[in-house]
Amino acid sequence: MTRAGDFVRENMRNPNAIAYFLMAVGALFYPIVIQFINGGNGDFLVGLAADGGIYVLMAIGLNVVVGFAGLLDLGYAAFFAIGSYTYALVASNHMGVTPIGHSLHVPFWIALFIGMFVAAAAGALLGAPTLRLRGDYLAIVTLGFGEIVPRLFRNAGIWTGGVPGISALDVPSLPGWFQGPWIGQNFVWVSDFRFTSANLTAYYVLMMILITFVVILVHNLQSSRLGRAWMAVREDETAAAASGVNTVTIKLLAFSIGAATSGFAGAFYGAKLSYVSSENFGFIVSITVLAMVVLGGMGNIPGAMIGAIVLYFILFKLLPDAPLQMQALASSLGLDSLNQSNPNGWPGIAEVVKRSQYVIFGLILVGIMLLRPQGLLPSQIRKQELKHSEHEPLATPRQLQG
Amino acid sequence: MDSILRVQGLTKRFGGLVAVDNVSFEVPTGEVFALIGPNGAGKTTLFNCITGIYKPTLGTVTFHDHDLTGSPPHRTAKAGIARTFQNIRLFDYMSAVDNVKLGHHCRMHSKLWDSLFKTPFERSEEREITEHSMELLQLVGLERQADNYARNLAYGQQRRLEIARALATDPKLLLLDEPAAGFTPQEKVELMGLVGTILARGITVFLIEHDMKVVMQASQRIVVLDHGEKIAEGPPVEVRNNQRVIEAYLGKSA
Repeated sequence: MTRAGDFVRENMRNPNAIAYFLMAVGALFYPIVIQFINGGNGDFLVGLAADGGIYVLMAIGLNVVVGFAGLLDLGYAAFFAIGSYTYALVASNHMGVTPIGHSLHVPFWIALFIGMFVAAAAGALLGAPTLRLRGDYLAIVTLGFGEIVPRLFRNAGIWTGGVPGISALDVPSLPGWFQGPWIGQNFVWVSDFRFTSANLTAYYVLMMILITFVVILVHNLQSSRLGRAWMAVREDETAAAASGVNTVTIKLLAFSIGAATSGFAGAFYGAKLSYVSSENFGFIVSITVLAMVVLGGMGNIPGAMIGAIVLYFILFKLLPDAPLQMQALASSLGLDSLNQSNPNGWPGIAEVVKRSQYVIFGLILVGIMLLRPQGLLPSQIRKQELKHSEHEPLATPRQLQG
Repeated sequence: MDSILRVQGLTKRFGGLVAVDNVSFEVPTGEVFALIGPNGAGKTTLFNCITGIYKPTLGTVTFHDHDLTGSPPHRTAKAGIARTFQNIRLFDYMSAVDNVKLGHHCRMHSKLWDSLFKTPFERSEEREITEHSMELLQLVGLERQADNYARNLAYGQQRRLEIARALATDPKLLLLDEPAAGFTPQEKVELMGLVGTILARGITVFLIEHDMKVVMQASQRIVVLDHGEKIAEGPPVEVRNNQRVIEAYLGKSA
């Protein structure tokens, strides 16, 4: 039998392998199918999916912190903000209006990594004094940090542009890129390529490449001594310490790596929008990413990714479209009267759905967690844990010893 | 006499309670040293002070002429002191072999960079410690359980797995906290065999044990604690006939 055949047979029963395969195929065909369905006018949807990639990146990063190391981080968006603002400062004209008086235009890829490293450093700085705390206490401190950082950026006056933020950032660029018939152009090599809203397909492709790299790196981490140490610290911190793991360093590393991923995503996001404002980094972002990780399957990389994709789709496509969809549904059922507002307080079906968007969102979350408490694609461990907590044996020898 | 561990004037107070009270002793290199005493005598607290899980209130812990007083647990592990726990603390949802691999953590040299990019160095190091972990599992007789979750192992297997994990840190001194608790007589004999093998590898063994038969047979020297205080020290025969020890265990005769 061929090696390819063996490989397929080995992985056919592995849910993670299937998930990766489906995601890869989906990512590959998504732009083609979307353009086909929309008769070549699907650019908006391709761009929307690419923006969703930002959330996928964040979910992968937060999964390192929450899923691998078991540290509850409720202020994850702060690192996203730090990445964005760092990028904004080193890659726009803004430095020119600050007391420094020189605008900085660091090349895109370098600026991206500067954003990442500054976020990682911020993670280490926050982590150093707080990672002695456990569980709920750590959650509260990170929650505070998540509130402080956007406020700091909003109120740092000239340095961060205050409430309006910083605009006209350098957009992502590459020394060269292929254009071709797949976006209705001639096959051509474009040098000094810039990713703008005029070429969303290229932006989408770049995003998928970045995600692939991040997934590979985080996978490597998980299967290394670090991944093992994170798991041990999550299971039993004292035993891990007694077995020679420096628990403070190892937790700090998880925190920093999560922050770095978030900062990387933030810098990329700022560059793509060419604009940053403190309004984009609220508590709701942290909570959304956390919900993505929990709902997808804590501790499992493809799980977190699927959680991110599903929640992103619900939040940014399903719910915004819902009012008009309901209106259309009502019309097609001959219930046009539902669509009209009327004087006794009925504002029209579209308005009702619009107002109850977050109720619907909440119900969907509750529904998913009821149906799959372990997450959409849980890690093996999480599955076991839930199974055992349901059928806990009467007493293990260990308890009898106690 | 060459001693590997020296405890001097060690005291641990929890608020008003004095759990360990001014205890001094030396553990000779290459022997089995035992710590005994009635329940609540402060034996495990003493272990926790030596391994850095607690910071002693007073006194010093010297290991191989290095002052380890108050060092965090990972540093005492790195220095060469490994331990097991009275109430088994394994990583329940990691496989047996992963538990042992984790024990190698402080002896590994792969950096973040190596882990991120799976460098050839990282791969070969992982291969080495996997092999070594399997050897250790074989030593404690668990090679066939390598891929099972720690929590799914039988009680006696869990105790032995904990010893394998401790050995993975490449210790000079192994602290065993009631290794024979809950064992059948047959298992106790096997355990004594294992202790012998460990000793033969040049590792000094320091154990807490309740079973007098085990202690008297296995150890060359014994320290007795009662209410946090050292009440006796010496070879088994001497300790067995010590009046204070008998009183501590059986109560004062009228």
